[in-house]
Amino acid sequence: MIKLIVDEKEIETEEGRSVLQACLENGIFIPNLCFIKTRQQPHASCRLCFVEIEGFDRPVTSCTEKVREGLVVRTDTPPVRRLQRMAFKLLMSGHPCEAKVCPVKGGCQLIRTAKYLKVGLNPKPLEFLEREVEEEVDLTFFTYYPFRCVLCGKCVYVCREKNEHNLLTFAQRGFDTVIGFFGDIDPTDLPCHTCLACATICPTGALIPKPELTREAKSNP
Amino acid sequence: MSEQKAKKRFAPIQSESKHRMEEQKRESIPTIFLVMSTCGLASGAAETKQAFEEALSEKSIAARIVPVGCIGHCYAEPLVIIDHPTAGFPPICYYQINADRARILVRSYLEGGDPVLKYVLGAMEENDLIPAVMDFPRFSLEQRLVMEHCGLIDPDDIHQYIARGGYSGLVKALDSDPEEVINLIEESGLRGRGGAGFPSGRKWRIARTAEGDGKFVICNGDEGDPGAYMDRTILESNPHQLLEGLAICAHAVGANQSIVYVRAEYPLAVKAIQKAIKSAKELSLLGPSILGTSFSLEVSVFQGSGAFVCGEETALIQSIEGKRGMPQHRPPFPVEKGLWGRPTVVNNVKTLSAVPPIMVRGAEWFRTIGTERSPGTAIFSVVGNVKHPGLVEIAMGTSLRTLIFDVCGGIPNKKEFKAVQIGGPSGGCLPASFLDTPIDFDSLTQAGAMMGSGGMVVMDEDSCMVDVSRYFLDFTQKESCGKCTFCRMGTKHLLNILQRITKGEGRDGDLELLETLSKDIKDGSLCGLGKTAPNPVLTSLKYFREEYEAHINEKRCPALKCRALTAFYIDLEKCARGCEVCVGCCPVDAIFTTKGRKKAIDQELCVKCGECRVACPPEYDAVFKVSPPELAPVIERPPEDIKEKK
Ligand SMILES: Cc1cc2nc3c(=O)[nH]c(=O)nc-3n(C[C@H](O)[C@H](O)[C@H](O)COP(=O)(O)O)c2cc1C
Ligand code: SF4
Ligand code: SF4
Ligand code: FES
Repeated sequence: MIKLIVDEKEIETEEGRSVLQACLENGIFIPNLCFIKTRQQPHASCRLCFVEIEGFDRPVTSCTEKVREGLVVRTDTPPVRRLQRMAFKLLMSGHPCEAKVCPVKGGCQLIRTAKYLKVGLNPKPLEFLEREVEEEVDLTFFTYYPFRCVLCGKCVYVCREKNEHNLLTFAQRGFDTVIGFFGDIDPTDLPCHTCLACATICPTGALIPKPELTREAKSNP
Repeated sequence: MSEQKAKKRFAPIQSESKHRMEEQKRESIPTIFLVMSTCGLASGAAETKQAFEEALSEKSIAARIVPVGCIGHCYAEPLVIIDHPTAGFPPICYYQINADRARILVRSYLEGGDPVLKYVLGAMEENDLIPAVMDFPRFSLEQRLVMEHCGLIDPDDIHQYIARGGYSGLVKALDSDPEEVINLIEESGLRGRGGAGFPSGRKWRIARTAEGDGKFVICNGDEGDPGAYMDRTILESNPHQLLEGLAICAHAVGANQSIVYVRAEYPLAVKAIQKAIKSAKELSLLGPSILGTSFSLEVSVFQGSGAFVCGEETALIQSIEGKRGMPQHRPPFPVEKGLWGRPTVVNNVKTLSAVPPIMVRGAEWFRTIGTERSPGTAIFSVVGNVKHPGLVEIAMGTSLRTLIFDVCGGIPNKKEFKAVQIGGPSGGCLPASFLDTPIDFDSLTQAGAMMGSGGMVVMDEDSCMVDVSRYFLDFTQKESCGKCTFCRMGTKHLLNILQRITKGEGRDGDLELLETLSKDIKDGSLCGLGKTAPNPVLTSLKYFREEYEAHINEKRCPALKCRALTAFYIDLEKCARGCEVCVGCCPVDAIFTTKGRKKAIDQELCVKCGECRVACPPEYDAVFKVSPPELAPVIERPPEDIKEKK
């Protein structure tokens, strides 16, 4: 067991854990969108999980830092909050959804993050960024909503883990990046209707199984 | 380790190479060295070559044409060196030799013995007849060790490199203990030339001690900076020095596999390196049991897709593995866990090319060049508003002033120096007050710029710093891989704000937002691209803030660059009655005749191309450019003229 100090409280955890996982398992919340605890190499793309660790001159992402004995961590310093709020505002500048119409039961991860960071769901002071993508994209078994997607990469990862083929992937690049689907395979050959791992893990409701598919999934489990 | 085994095996190869060189000298027929690298070809070297060949055969003159790589004097391309041993002159360097001039040179010099002084850049050796190029600042202030042989040898002929001492560094390394080699590189203080300046010796030591077999060495030749072409030039002009460095590195760290990563847009470089690998293998300088020792090294070439971010080492490795070129969080660093999970040294082309001379001449010698903390030389491709753009290799510690004004000839057209952007698109813009900054890793970083991989853009008084920032952000924003939030979304916001400002739509709070956003992107991004992308914005905001303010508060572009903030007008006092010169050159028919039979510009139609200003005869010089546009006097188009137009 390893002991570390988080926000002046001592917590215990196992060797090999990331600081983020150790905190989450000890009831200390750190905002995160792209973290999957079984994932060997963290994706580290959402940039929400910043903490300050003694010995580093600036905040670091807690999902990429391994725990060490005696580590002193702070999750709520002004530099940490500054970066987290900016990361959140940046995400919201491409994510026009509103809490009232959120398709995720109980509200998506972004709503919870906003509450935790005590910021609104708007991108202010940033402007909303227009993107040349469709509102809805047909991915055979799913409807993909690019404007909801925060590109956390979780769906791509779980798909690769659960299926031999990597059906989901990042498509385009830079600001135009979206989730793509190798849709030219005969749908009947695809494991999607029994899997649904991606839609389940998506933190923002950007991948919604088509209703007929859900029914099918229910009727032959 | 067998005593001097490699040296013994190498001796006959070396004498063969030297013999070939002497044979050629003995023939005493003229040799024409022609720069045939990408830069030379772009300025017409292929036509020049053909003209030489035709002229020589027409006149039945025996001469040898040797295609060589680039010597870095881009302003002088196509560049030709003629060694005419029986003419009584030393080898002479000629500049801008197009096909016509090639024929003249054959007729006058090779046939007639007259060296045609008006095309001469200088002599390649000290002599009493023609000033030697070594005495020109462009040559004398340069110090070449990485590019020592570039432009002087045929890259396709391995013997030319060997005859000049090539591969003896590898031989020495093969006969030494790898540990000693690493000590030597550590003592030399060599730092990575790929941008960050990480000590190479330390990197190699980590790789050597890292657990796991199947180690790799990768030469990073991605070179994605716009306007930078140092690595391409080295690959094209002397690929063997790089391969030699690569082999020394692999031997030192215990790797038997290596990859040269070159962007696919560099077809000539790819060909040159492939050819070089083949000829090195034939002489047992690469491949299995090199020179009879127990050390084997496979070398392959990987052609990258040419995305800027693929130059980042973790993205580069992903791309070799066939994955999307997205950077990964470090640690683990590639030296611990790199290609296919194996310890991997990633070094830049220039870093590896610096190794052979260190191996031969020693760490001590290397440290006499450059500064205490940045020994050796720096290679820059200097472009923009300088008289002599091109590739230069100078000792670290040389001041920016010396580089720009002495080596590169200063600013042309009697303009003032305004700023220099160092370190590529993610470097910084430094003003005149920084001209005495020494060029080394730490001083440049301290000034807010960085060494980067050697891109340098010099700007004169006509450059608008807001527009320059916008240009660089446009590049980095497009090159962001899109993985992490700060870089993907943040650079787009920066670009949008800068675009607004250059269009005159800047508003209160923009500068503050640019600043906070820039700082957060630097601190929050995952990889070096995002961490450095805001540098041009931050430095120009720091050193040229008043220029941003003029754009926002007065809708004025002080450099008269931003189209939306400028206007052209014709001064009626100066305009010559009846002159029509400008009318025809306007692409949108915006110029009309006033009641007084002079000319005026319809501001509604004008697209601000500036053609009229160019066309207006100098004796009238009646067209003016102003900012803000309201400064242009309003001259109504006569109503009948409007009707006519319709
Ligand atoms: C966005 C980005 C682009 C890069 N491009 C290059 C490149 O084109 N060539 C290069 O050698 N290094 C490049 N680097 C640096 C590499 O990651 C790496 O540090 C370097 O190749 C190590 O070699 P060195 O130790 O010899 O400098 C880049 C880094 C970043 C963040
Ligand atoms: S679709 Fe959902 S899980 Fe996939 S990247 Fe987008 S937000 Fe993440
Ligand atoms: S900083 Fe930019 S280039 Fe680097 S991982 Fe993030 S999005 Fe990709
Ligand atoms: S959870 Fe660490 S960056 Fe997303």
